[in-house]
Amino acid sequence: MTDTTSQSGPMLAADGTPLKKSLHRAQRRQKVRALMLIAPLLLFILVTFIAPIFDMLLRSVENDIVPDTLPRTVVALQDWDNASGEAPDEETFRAFYTDFALAEEQKAHTRLGSRLNFEMSGISSVFRSTGRDVGKFDTDYYTDQFVDADEVYEDPVQWSEWMADDGVASALPQTADAYAGWVKVLNEEGDDPLDEDIPDFVYTALYHDLAAGANPPVLPSVDVSGWDDISLKEQFIDSNEDWADPDIWATIKAFSGPYTAGYFANSIDLQSTPEGFAQRDEDERIYIKLFIRTMVMSLAITGMCILLGYPIAYLLSHLPARKANLLMILVLLPFWTSLLVRTSAWKVLLQNQGVINDILVWIGIVSDDNRLALINNANGTIIAMTHILLPFMILPLFSVMKTINPSYVRAAKSMGANDWTAFWRVYFPNSVPGIGAGSILVFILSIGYYITPELVGGVDGVFISNRIAYHISSSLNWGLAAALGSILLVLVLGLYYVYDRVVGIDNVKLGG
Amino acid sequence: MALPIYASTTQRVWHYSYLTICGLIFFFLIAPILVIIPLSFNAQNFFTFTPEMLRFDPAGYSLKHYNDFFTNSDWQLAMKNSLKIAPVATLISVSLGTLAAIGLSQSHVPGRRAIMATLISPMIVPLIISATGMYFFYSNPYIPIPFYGKLYLPFTLTGEYWGVVLAHAALGIPFVIITVTATLVGFDKSLTRASAMMGAGPVRTFFRVQMPLIMPGVISGALFAFITSFDEVVVVLFVGSAQNKTLPWQMFIGLREQISPTILAAATILITVSVILLLVVELLRRRSERLRGMSPG
Repeated sequence: MTDTTSQSGPMLAADGTPLKKSLHRAQRRQKVRALMLIAPLLLFILVTFIAPIFDMLLRSVENDIVPDTLPRTVVALQDWDNASGEAPDEETFRAFYTDFALAEEQKAHTRLGSRLNFEMSGISSVFRSTGRDVGKFDTDYYTDQFVDADEVYEDPVQWSEWMADDGVASALPQTADAYAGWVKVLNEEGDDPLDEDIPDFVYTALYHDLAAGANPPVLPSVDVSGWDDISLKEQFIDSNEDWADPDIWATIKAFSGPYTAGYFANSIDLQSTPEGFAQRDEDERIYIKLFIRTMVMSLAITGMCILLGYPIAYLLSHLPARKANLLMILVLLPFWTSLLVRTSAWKVLLQNQGVINDILVWIGIVSDDNRLALINNANGTIIAMTHILLPFMILPLFSVMKTINPSYVRAAKSMGANDWTAFWRVYFPNSVPGIGAGSILVFILSIGYYITPELVGGVDGVFISNRIAYHISSSLNWGLAAALGSILLVLVLGLYYVYDRVVGIDNVKLGG
Repeated sequence: MALPIYASTTQRVWHYSYLTICGLIFFFLIAPILVIIPLSFNAQNFFTFTPEMLRFDPAGYSLKHYNDFFTNSDWQLAMKNSLKIAPVATLISVSLGTLAAIGLSQSHVPGRRAIMATLISPMIVPLIISATGMYFFYSNPYIPIPFYGKLYLPFTLTGEYWGVVLAHAALGIPFVIITVTATLVGFDKSLTRASAMMGAGPVRTFFRVQMPLIMPGVISGALFAFITSFDEVVVVLFVGSAQNKTLPWQMFIGLREQISPTILAAATILITVSVILLLVVELLRRRSERLRGMSPG
């Protein structure tokens, strides 16, 4: 007894450490080794795949371009009431003038115009036309006046010395800000601010600072009290009368934050109005319709795949192994054949002058001048995609049917069920997991399809993914493409989650 | 499936009509692929059977589309690019993927489910979304730094050879993970223990014991990764450029713009490639099952 009671502490391993601790250490070593093996791949996937996906999600809400291009205007617009029904005051236009002139230097105003055009059509041309005029505003009057008053105002070297002086910069806030913005633009373009003429908008800012009563040190004093006051608001409205339209300003204000819900609103057919988001006109609503069509057509394809896949899987699972393997090749060959090859096959077969129509005419089912429209519409997409996705239905169905015990059906029959009852009440319920697995797989694959609908879908057989591609390569509305992509991604991941619950991702089998 | 002798007439009718239906579905599956092959030998620039072809008149057949495929510089460039991109992408996915699959098959892996989900995700996320993300990110890659923002890297991957290779490697990884983990499920751990007991280090054990046994899984994973890259078109369209267009890109553009019968010749060549790959995978699967002591299916 004493022998065992003397070791009343924890059980010990051979080297004297407690067994629990020793086991723990061994397990930790194993864990670290496993993670070391996984780490390179995980890192690779994170960089090459997950980061791009997050970048896309970010882009669907990112809106840097407005606050980056018009930083001063965005601040000035905060006090403006967009329900006032009037364009903002002179103060805001002054800030806008500086922003716009700077943007024009780098041609950023056209990019901003195209960005805002996604929210309010027509803005782009307003930005472009004023971009041509902004260098010819009457503000060169100030430039002339300052230079007439003292030649030294023309000297860029002198300017850079003044602006480096803290006293001057704090006395002339608008001027310093405009000058700093200008220097930044020149540096980005590789020009030397000491060699370039000071632009009109810096003189304009200087005038406004001095007219407001600033009294800077160092600068030669100039009396500006008798000078003309040029209204920048009028200058802008002269250039393009739409600047008097409060809607433009409401749009700029609505999209002045660094993040926006605008792209997502657009992708569910909402548009921004001064009162917030409102539904688009009936004939402009396309995305919800497109999402619904994508879903309905994917469901149709899934249904077709069940209809065609079930008999085949049943046949394959009931044939002797040798025959089943042979027939399986007929399923696996399309599975292994290039997607482009299968799509081109359908493109060739379904054409108006293609093989199928030729055969139908030859048999006499359709007349020669009344050939079936099988391609460039929804029919084409459904036929071709059913063919392409059918193996993804047959393979999971087959593996489930293989596990159904044949004695169940025999038992049902021996108890008096006829063939149909035995199948419908006993066999079919057992095969439902296979239908579930196959359906989710086919549905997930089909809602994200791009190539086949693009080639055989025409106009009314395309999916949401084709619209995403269009926005990336043609309309260049990347934010909207990212928002549509994000919605699609959430849909697919939701289904993926269901699939993982139902089937388990570890159970995915490739090629039977 | 055989009909019993005592089957009634309705059962007979039903049985044969069922077999007919199955026959038609098999026809639907296989005919579109097979029909391409004779059409690619068409002497005319048509996409349907000419009367000469139906009469089996030798004049109706020719190799002119194949000739075009092997002389046209566009197709040659596309083929060369495909052969340059797919093997490198496969090599990356297989080497990283096999290591990770071995890691994942250890008994105590923290967060195994989450890691698996991440590694499989390139297969689940629709290609158009992957392509969109890669198009954005690869054109101006950056390192996100908390509280600082984005640190942009001084190079671009869009329109570059390496951009396409990296993208394809990412897309091929799930297939390698799935096939290799499937092989490792039946792996007998006592073999590695025996090898360690006899004095072999971990590296030697890996190459002399583990590797030969999981080889069939690795090779079929590699074939899947290869065919993924070789067939892939969406990502190439977005991330690639005209200089690194691949065969599927050339086919896609051809089908969308000026459909020429050379596509049929290219398709036939690709069908031949996939038949060969299918046979190899099937043989490997049987060999692997035999090695692991399972009965050949």
